[in-house]
Amino acid sequence: MSTVSLNSNNRSRVHPQKFALWLSMGSILMMFAAFTSAYLIKQSSGTWVEFVLPQIFYINTGVIVCSSIALHISCRAFISGKELIYKSGLVVALILGIAFLVFQYQGWNALFEMGIDLKGNASGAFLYLISFVHAAHIIGGIAALVLAILHAFTLKYKVTDKRKNRFEMTLHYWHFVDLLWVYLFVFLLFSK
Amino acid sequence: MGHFKATHEMDVMIEETGFDDHFHDHHHGDKYQSSFIGHYIFSMDHKIIARQFLFTGIFWAIIGAAMSIVFRLQLGFPEESLAWLKPVLGKWIVVNSEGIGTLAPEFYYALVTMHGTIIVFFVLTAGLSGTFSNLLIPLQLGARDMASPFLNMLSYWFFFLASVVMFYSLFLSTGPFSGGWTAYPPLSALPQASSGSGAGMTLWLVSLTLFVVSVLLGGINYVTTVLNLRTKGMTMWRMPLTIWAFFVTAILGILSFPVLASGFFMLMCDRGLGTSFFLSEIFIEGQALDYIGGSPILYQHLFWFLGHPEVYIIILPAMGLTSEVLSVHARKPIFGYKAMVYSILAIGFLSFIVWAHHMFMSGVNPFISNFFVVFTLIIAVPSAVKVFNWITTLYGGNIRLNSAMLFAIGFVSMFISGGLTGIFLGNSAIDIQMHDTYFVVAHFHIVMGIAAFFGMFAGIYHWYPKMFGRFMNETIGKLHFWGTMIGAYAIFWPMHYIGMAGVPRRYYSFETFDAFAHFDDMNKFITISAIVVFAIQIMFVINFVSSIWKGKKMTTRNPWGATTLEWTTPIETGHGNWDGKIPVVHRWAYDYGKDGKDFIDQVTPMAEGEVPGDH
Repeated sequence: MSTVSLNSNNRSRVHPQKFALWLSMGSILMMFAAFTSAYLIKQSSGTWVEFVLPQIFYINTGVIVCSSIALHISCRAFISGKELIYKSGLVVALILGIAFLVFQYQGWNALFEMGIDLKGNASGAFLYLISFVHAAHIIGGIAALVLAILHAFTLKYKVTDKRKNRFEMTLHYWHFVDLLWVYLFVFLLFSK
Repeated sequence: MGHFKATHEMDVMIEETGFDDHFHDHHHGDKYQSSFIGHYIFSMDHKIIARQFLFTGIFWAIIGAAMSIVFRLQLGFPEESLAWLKPVLGKWIVVNSEGIGTLAPEFYYALVTMHGTIIVFFVLTAGLSGTFSNLLIPLQLGARDMASPFLNMLSYWFFFLASVVMFYSLFLSTGPFSGGWTAYPPLSALPQASSGSGAGMTLWLVSLTLFVVSVLLGGINYVTTVLNLRTKGMTMWRMPLTIWAFFVTAILGILSFPVLASGFFMLMCDRGLGTSFFLSEIFIEGQALDYIGGSPILYQHLFWFLGHPEVYIIILPAMGLTSEVLSVHARKPIFGYKAMVYSILAIGFLSFIVWAHHMFMSGVNPFISNFFVVFTLIIAVPSAVKVFNWITTLYGGNIRLNSAMLFAIGFVSMFISGGLTGIFLGNSAIDIQMHDTYFVVAHFHIVMGIAAFFGMFAGIYHWYPKMFGRFMNETIGKLHFWGTMIGAYAIFWPMHYIGMAGVPRRYYSFETFDAFAHFDDMNKFITISAIVVFAIQIMFVINFVSSIWKGKKMTTRNPWGATTLEWTTPIETGHGNWDGKIPVVHRWAYDYGKDGKDFIDQVTPMAEGEVPGDH
């Protein structure tokens, strides 16, 4: 009630909540920019152990990109009234999102078996820290996906401005954490 | 609509020219304010949240200032007995067999550290921009509330949690963190490095991480509100300078605090998980620790990438408040409005590319230092533009010398004095002599400590009627100003001399340094001044609190004759700010002394053939 009228003199076509979400993405991006710059500075200051990224990280990058695509299709379907694709897309996105977390965990295990652990040279610790903090943001996205699925299966299917905005916010955040991983992965790959 | 009948002439004008957002259509009892807890504790009303920030800020200011008095006593009167403080400080006062009490050195460091942390983050960030951004952004923009009142409430409660954790750390048996407010490793990274580095540092990290969350939630909300929820007619170029300052401050916070958070996460890993981000090979008590190759300088880069924008996060809101108060009480439009806005933007931008001037003596490559010297000195340009514009605003004005105005003028004075010493310190060559001395202490206390406090005081005296419906006592207010103005210079002016002579900051005692012995009297003088200034601030707090109930009542909506929208709301401003329609803005915020009128508020439509004030 109040939130609707609160924002009724909104100046731009973007919903204020969506705009706030974009700002927080900028903020999250700054944190990872700090991590990766610290990585570069540390790397250039000597003592640095090089190692090959375990293969699972390559596969996992594909997994999270597919999850993003599934959610994108789902959102399109929601707006254009294809209820079945909307619901199944959401479920696929969630399953792939959880799979990403599981594979990340296996990636950390593979690293550990290679003898890269938190102690000792910072090059390994950086990889653990960066991917862990990223995973924490994925968990936030999964929470949003679970909420979206709850809405999809409990509420009667209807396209309203409010639901559209809510879904788009979930979508934007999920694309963001996905692209963030792609950036981090490419960074880790080429900064060797 | 329908329920609301406009009787006050301002309400009539707003009903005629305003814009109906149907805010009150379904308002059968405000769901946000239906109970005491909903109204005063977990409030989502920006005006209540502003007061919560202010009260918490004042609480911390008293604690932080009291701490400085204790360590100033140690510096000024090292031989005097501090046994009388034992009931408060307990085991940190060591009383010998003759009954002479001395301050424990490790607690001296804890006091210095906490003084810095508390004043910089809790008072001058949360207490200053938290208070006034919350109060003024919706009111001056013509918005019902922030974009997300819920996130706004969370922002305060994260700050509250941060406060609780930090307050708790003061009572640890090992003491609060004692490695300086910048928390450089290894003192912050090795729990065994000093008594405060253990539990004290853990709580410090937890507290400040919560604080970062609070700043981000607040900042995201402020920026969204400014960009999305301005009323009709309120273009960016019609916003008062307060809003411009809060807006840029919030952007700085959003961009710089996450970087600090990343440094904190790495620090937590070093402390808890044995990583070597910031720790290299270290021996403690003859034992080699298994850290390899970490770099404490890396932490300094991450810290100061926040740390430098942070000083502008502190000073920009004070500048915004000062601009507004100077213009209102000089009855003149602010001189060079656009230049002021561009200066705020320039300062905001430059603040991100000067951080290494805090690290000239940390072994930064001199060629890289050059880059930072140049950009640091360039900040003097927009700063000087602002100072000249403030002075020119005063020139020929019909000045009312009330408490708010005095503090605003005092701000300009402090900003000039402190800014000039910044030009000394910005040079890496001069920094070889000056770094880590009392010269630095004097510089930053004047330019961002006292100056920011002056801006805050100006804001409090000016907007007190808006917050509490009453005025603060003017006589005590003027005493407060003159005492603080003279007292603050008495404290920090002599510190420049001590600093130029090379006396290092953060030392517990100078007993063993013969070269500094002749500064004993000066240190006594500084300590006495500090005690006097502290007493005057207590007087201010008493005035502040008692005026809530006993102050002179506000009888008209717009006691200062200001043009901005916050003074168009009813004296008892409810949730949603305006009882009927939202006012529509027709002109910029500084139409003073125009066309033979003392002032024309932003709500008044342009007369036929009238030339806009901001042409």
